[in-house]
Amino acid sequence: MKNIIDKRDIYTALKAGIKETGVRLPEDVKKALKNAIEVETGPAEKVLRHISLNLETADRENMPMCQDTGMIVAFVEMGNDVEIKDAFIDDVINDAIKDSYEEAFFRKSVVADPLNGRKNTGNNLPAVIHHELTKGPDLKISLMLKGFGSENCSRLAMLKPTAGREEVINTIAEIVTSAGGSPCPPSILGIGIGGTMDYAAKLSKKALLRELDDINPDPYYAELERDIYKRVNELGIGGGGLGGAITTLGVKVEKFATHIAGLPVAVSVNCWADRKTIVEFKGDIK
Amino acid sequence: MKVTLPLTDEIISKLKTGDEVFLTGTLYSARDQAHQRLFKLLEEGKDLPIDLKGETVFYMGPAPTPDGKIIGSCGPTTAYRMDPFTPLLLDYGLKGMIGKGARAQEVSDAIVRNRGIYFYAYGGCGALYAEKIKKNELVAFEDLGPEAIYKLEVEDFPVVVAIDSTGENIYG
Repeated sequence: MKNIIDKRDIYTALKAGIKETGVRLPEDVKKALKNAIEVETGPAEKVLRHISLNLETADRENMPMCQDTGMIVAFVEMGNDVEIKDAFIDDVINDAIKDSYEEAFFRKSVVADPLNGRKNTGNNLPAVIHHELTKGPDLKISLMLKGFGSENCSRLAMLKPTAGREEVINTIAEIVTSAGGSPCPPSILGIGIGGTMDYAAKLSKKALLRELDDINPDPYYAELERDIYKRVNELGIGGGGLGGAITTLGVKVEKFATHIAGLPVAVSVNCWADRKTIVEFKGDIK
Repeated sequence: MKVTLPLTDEIISKLKTGDEVFLTGTLYSARDQAHQRLFKLLEEGKDLPIDLKGETVFYMGPAPTPDGKIIGSCGPTTAYRMDPFTPLLLDYGLKGMIGKGARAQEVSDAIVRNRGIYFYAYGGCGALYAEKIKKNELVAFEDLGPEAIYKLEVEDFPVVVAIDSTGENIYG
């Protein structure tokens, strides 16, 4: 049965989600930060206490927690039985972004051309939108406000097919080490393994949209996530890069089949201000 | 420790890496585009639109100012992107810098050479820093929008010394 969705419902839900997450962190991230404060001592504890105070201020004043309200990266998973009445999905998403950034006093940080002129578009558009067609009547839109202090620390490595698990972990540790304090640690790591160069990068963003306390359904990758988490936190970078036990709040891995000749590994680094929202419209399966 | 701006050589010599400092006084915001322009003006031997000798810059581009507020969210941006422009600015007379993340060796060398200082500000804490700013005035490069230079009067603005005037570095 077709799931017919009114564009206004999508617009309203997305706008509310964007405005909220730019000011208040999702519960999973708040919980992880709270746990980190209990572990840390020394300079990183001071950093985490300021982050906590900042979150209280943002909430009270209803202003963005960070001036870099990011570029939007969205994943649209759209069932073949979904129909959006009289509208194109990307237009609805773009309208929601434009209006939420204006209404919530978010910084517009997008330039129209990366090289030629770098003129600000003035409305934080365009967004990076990934589309996935699925079977069925459900629509799911997941998006993040991706800050660029951390994005500049994201990297891709095309490893040898024989590299194996240890080398993957070492490569990720090297990427986090070279990022140091720049991405506003404690960071969140989204990791894409496999596919092609571009697909691994896309998976690394998709991984960032998972809840921090979510456990990978594949036991091999659940263990890999734990091992990367452990290894990265042994690096001692800590909150703000000032030294400490918690360098990452969470590590999420997404994987895909790949070619016999390669092992792509993409790491998307996100700051502690891990701002994301998910909007779902489930249809009737009958 | 509380410090009143502008920084003097005497104050700078007392500040050591790792010290928690609360700044009160005038700061100037400047990030990527403003730095590129200031650098170009200095290279061409021209005057800067504002006198930055003895001053402190804050690597920051604010979010829009909500109604009834002095400034929008305004935390530090990553400092290394300013590295190519920084030694010349320090040689010119800039004293202090506020940002986040490690700096190039050339920046550290220029800090030592000119008795400057680099402060870490708490990354991502834009709402918190907005409350520390008591006055905000656009003073140069208006066309750059959030990347323009703003003159900011701050009170008890929390930072940590990240590279002191001896070159001691918090990032190791």
